[in-house]
Amino acid sequence: MSAQVAGTTRAKREGPLILAVPRGTLHAETLDRLDAIGVDTDAVRADSRSLIFETPQLTLLTVRPSDVPTYVESGAADLGITGKDVLLEQEERPVYELVDLDYGECRMVVATREAEESLDLRERRFGRVKIATKYLNVAKRHFEATGRQVELVEIKGSVELAPLVGLADGIVDLVASGRTLAENGLVEREQIERCTARLVANPVSHKLRASEVDALAERLRATVG
Amino acid sequence: MIHPIPPGTRDLLPEEMRELRELHAMLLGVFERFGYGEVRTPTLEYDEVVARGDGRTAAAGYRLFAEEGELLALRSDMTVPIARLAASRFAGDEGPLRFSYLAPAYRAVRPRSGQLREFEQAGVELIGVPAPDGTAEVIEVLDAALKAAGLGRAVIGLGDGDVYPALLDEFEIEGERRATVLERLERHDLVGLGEVLGGLESLGADERRTLLELPQLRGGVEVLERARQLGGEAVARAVARIQATFEAVDARGAAGRVRVDLGLIRDFDYYTGAVLEVYDPALGHILGGGGRYDRLLGRFGADRPAAGFSLYVERVQLARAATDEGPGDRGATEGSR
Repeated sequence: MSAQVAGTTRAKREGPLILAVPRGTLHAETLDRLDAIGVDTDAVRADSRSLIFETPQLTLLTVRPSDVPTYVESGAADLGITGKDVLLEQEERPVYELVDLDYGECRMVVATREAEESLDLRERRFGRVKIATKYLNVAKRHFEATGRQVELVEIKGSVELAPLVGLADGIVDLVASGRTLAENGLVEREQIERCTARLVANPVSHKLRASEVDALAERLRATVG
Repeated sequence: MIHPIPPGTRDLLPEEMRELRELHAMLLGVFERFGYGEVRTPTLEYDEVVARGDGRTAAAGYRLFAEEGELLALRSDMTVPIARLAASRFAGDEGPLRFSYLAPAYRAVRPRSGQLREFEQAGVELIGVPAPDGTAEVIEVLDAALKAAGLGRAVIGLGDGDVYPALLDEFEIEGERRATVLERLERHDLVGLGEVLGGLESLGADERRTLLELPQLRGGVEVLERARQLGGEAVARAVARIQATFEAVDARGAAGRVRVDLGLIRDFDYYTGAVLEVYDPALGHILGGGGRYDRLLGRFGADRPAAGFSLYVERVQLARAATDEGPGDRGATEGSR
């Protein structure tokens, strides 16, 4: 963790704990878990345009999963739920990872074309391999940690296309069922990390509102089957 | 015509400067009242000096070559330059030495919310007084500084920087695994910590529980009893140190805003024993920190116990502004008396 330095965050609001809830694939299960611990999510389910929802227990913010660490780091949200893939990619943000909520399971993998020779062989022949990914930090760390030299190509859309047209030798991406890989003739070669939904907390909220944060973490942990 | 400035730096205009000068006067007034004389050290030091102070995070972010080719560095905090100053300018003086400072420091952070490359620090260093009295005096000054700044809701977290290294010694966790465990403790990644501990077959269930639960213990002094129940010599020693410090602070009537926190880990490698952090409900980032660094002066050849704290002045100012706007129920921090 890098040293924190004086800054310019705006003051926080008063009231119940603020939880950043991810939109997208984790959204539905997150709301189910919140229902299970007695948080009223009817308003969130009914109104997809509002972004802030006040309930007696929690104030809920709906945000993009990749923005959750930003809100939590600054203290704009006390807590947040997002995928481990997002946390891995934004490791420089000092949020506390409290609970593995064990849903939304995906794997961060290295994949190449079915017919592809091994990446190691390509590296030996050409000096380096090209990897297309949305997850530049994750990919960089993984290949460094395994002693390989790669050239990373940032792709924001469908990464699977890159190896098919020769833009890259392989990809680093998040897969759930692996169907998209198979449909594009790609094969998973290495698993980097298993990624599930995680509960994260702002460090100051974790200190100053300890018993509320612990109670919420405990109740959410109890929903894990 | 627009001429930009580097990200993470900023201009201060008269309105803000007036407010900041008021805060400066309050803080320096408190330091002076407790007998801490202000010192100033050069903004530029030899890189070797800054690196000697801390091989890790406080290492200089900005370096440059002087005319003769010497490598210079912008200081990343004031603690290391003052250790250098005390060891060289007061070499034979056993102390106690009391210094204060109010000065900018520089770190190569990725500029984003809450992160500045140039920021102002105000704090004190007490050299030559060992724990627990030295630590207690520093906390008393910190408490008075927060009071003077009008931060009635601010909290001082008190932890122990030696507990985890000692605990890992006791549990015989070594090498790469030790580094991984410490890294996850430092990040407070409880999920990752659970995973790595789960993979250590040599570790008993009780030992695993101690390492997982200890960093989550925070609150009033009563958490010390819960820590002690987790067992182990390293924990018992840390609990005794925190208890002694807390009692010494209490005897000075300055323990009202002190919370015990066994999960508190400062990311500078020079801390030994007590570690401190300052929080305010108005802000999502820490306001400051400090602790004991009994071995830091030894790195400069003048082995003496020392302790200190430093506040991020801009953040203190933000917290003050938020407090002025009217404190609400969010200020109801736990265990406040």
